[in-house]
Amino acid sequence: MSELFPRKQVMGFVFSLVLTAAALTVYFMDLSFAVGMTVLLVTAFVQAAVQLVVFMHAGETDDKVAIYMNIYYGVAIALVTIFGTLLILVWDM
Amino acid sequence: MDYFDRFAIPHPSPAIYASMVAIGLTVVAIIFGLTYFKKWGYLWREWLTTVDHKRIGIMYLISALIMLFRGGVDAIMMRAQTAVPDNKLLDAQHYNEVFTTHGVVMIIFMAMPFIYALMNVVVPLQIGARDVAFPRLNALSFWLFFMGAMLFNISFVIGGSPDAGWTSYFPLAGNDFSQSVGTNYYMLSIQIAGIGTLISGINFTTTIFKMRAPGMTLMKMPMFTWTALITNAIVLFAFPVLTIALLLGTMDRLFGTNFFTMTNGGMDMLWANLFWVWGHPEVYILILPAFGIYSEVISTFSRRNLYGYKSMVGSIVIISFFSFLVWTHHFFTMGQGPLTNSIFSITTMAIAIPTGIKIFNWLLTMRKGSIKFTVPMLYSVGFIPIFTIGGVTGVMLGMASADYQYHNTMFLVAHFHYTIIPGVVFAMIAGLTYWWPKMFGFMLNERIGKWAFWFIAIGFNVTFFPMFFTGLDGQARRMYTYSEATGFGPLNMLSFAGAIVLMIGFALIVYNVYYSTRYASRNISADPWNARTLEWATHSPVPSYNFAITPQVNSIEALWDHKKKGQPLFSGPIEKIHMPNNSGVPFIMSCIFFVWGFSFVFSMWIPAIITTIGIFVCMAHRSFEKDDGYYISVKEIEDTEKECEVQSR
Repeated sequence: MSELFPRKQVMGFVFSLVLTAAALTVYFMDLSFAVGMTVLLVTAFVQAAVQLVVFMHAGETDDKVAIYMNIYYGVAIALVTIFGTLLILVWDM
Repeated sequence: MDYFDRFAIPHPSPAIYASMVAIGLTVVAIIFGLTYFKKWGYLWREWLTTVDHKRIGIMYLISALIMLFRGGVDAIMMRAQTAVPDNKLLDAQHYNEVFTTHGVVMIIFMAMPFIYALMNVVVPLQIGARDVAFPRLNALSFWLFFMGAMLFNISFVIGGSPDAGWTSYFPLAGNDFSQSVGTNYYMLSIQIAGIGTLISGINFTTTIFKMRAPGMTLMKMPMFTWTALITNAIVLFAFPVLTIALLLGTMDRLFGTNFFTMTNGGMDMLWANLFWVWGHPEVYILILPAFGIYSEVISTFSRRNLYGYKSMVGSIVIISFFSFLVWTHHFFTMGQGPLTNSIFSITTMAIAIPTGIKIFNWLLTMRKGSIKFTVPMLYSVGFIPIFTIGGVTGVMLGMASADYQYHNTMFLVAHFHYTIIPGVVFAMIAGLTYWWPKMFGFMLNERIGKWAFWFIAIGFNVTFFPMFFTGLDGQARRMYTYSEATGFGPLNMLSFAGAIVLMIGFALIVYNVYYSTRYASRNISADPWNARTLEWATHSPVPSYNFAITPQVNSIEALWDHKKKGQPLFSGPIEKIHMPNNSGVPFIMSCIFFVWGFSFVFSMWIPAIITTIGIFVCMAHRSFEKDDGYYISVKEIEDTEKECEVQSR
């Protein structure tokens, strides 16, 4: 029976609840903007990774390479867009 | 009756009333025609509910051609208005509406469906597949695009057209400066069509990754399929930005949020930024399939394999990545510092390198080839010098400091028409002529086609080359008129004359379709151009199942090597074929989307809520529907094959 028990998924579920609770504390605690944003960003990215790997089964099929390539490419484009936008509209305006 | 006042046109004119009458009469004529010839059932069974990629491709094609003529009429009106100084043909408001709709129609509702038309017809055939990966989503993509286009096109008779430019920059596009519902139409119709495009992006990426014939590795794919793959990858990463930008813009206009306002912490420049984060990759979404078409055509009619296949693949991959790194060059003058402008200047010029590699590869493909100047080849060869003029002026515009002189002038207008028309329109006509026999089973007339080419190539240059000069002399774009003292008059008149020649060229293409439909021989082989790729290995027109036996691929040019080296292509017995069922849901869901968009444009909340529920009901219906498709029996396949062979004899 023990090998049928979805240990990874249950742990992942508990972990994602913990991450949600951690993000929620930013609202209730009196944190500075920088600390609050850091907590939110870190929990958000870890949360997304947990969902992708544990619940959307990235990396469990033969397409592993293609799937991760896609994700990394998407992340790269998103970072370029965000930092480019910050450069244009905030840092260098 | 106050409720209905909102549907009135804010700036009516006799031309708009005439269009209302014309639209009404056309609708009546279509309904009467369908009823009189008892074609409703045929239309529903064979077209509105179809999930066949070839039929969806043909519907995309028809829509794109209709939109080409709608956008073309806008273009002629603009050229006519500016042909002489102080012209009174259009007033400022109408001119604004005309150039706005010209841009949106040509990019979103003409070029996009045109590339998806050819991708739909050709890609599954080139990779030896039965259909795309998700045939029903494919139908949904088409119908969402179609309804988006229709929503956009009714704007000029109901409520008023958008008038803030195809880029729809805020704050001009905000409620303070654009009070009519025109910009709502812009936001919602592009949103609906954009959802369709995004679905297509997922569909074609999956199709090309998962459904290739046995033996066809990624590096054995035909070049058009490669460009289709990269194009759809760009769609996947670029369109979500547009979706969000349009959503934020819609929220600003309908619900009073402050994303792009100038007060309350809004940032109007963020719209321009997000628009071009999508907008520049969009340019490559349009041009890459065109590059694919040119590669196929040039290789076929030079009787040589494509020179530098690997460097071609490498350069499109690099172009697709660079396309996300250059967007600031569309607004060098917005006020950001020299550091930013320098970075984006350099990335902009870097993109000329992979593009240059492609140009040289095409030239070297033709070198020592036995070139046949058919109509598709004429467009491909014409493309190279004209596009190079567009590319060189692009490098001029890419120099940020010099751009302060050129920006917002007719020089820019000339530049991007010099890239988009040879880059997209020429390619689409070349592809259309090249794959026409595959779609319809007869060829377009070569003589009329050549006449059309010369009219279009000469008309195009006469129209747009003078704009380089008037632009350098200071004629601003989007200016509805000018005084005689500026001296812009003669060159603008020349431009108008060129536009007329261009129009004659397009009319000749229509005449060619009519003429060839009536008189062209149906007695052609499945491979009339002596081509090199798999789509020519099946019959023309293609049977619903594409290939009776799944082809076995051993090289890049599977069909050519089959013909010349006797490589086996089809082996094994005919087996029964699994096909998807037709479905009316995509069409119905898209109709609901149309009403949904219309309700949002006019802020009619009760129909908006009802249609939102309707959309979710359609999705739920699909989730719980059991649809296993159907099988075509071996006997039926054998009969069809025999019939096709008799026809082509």
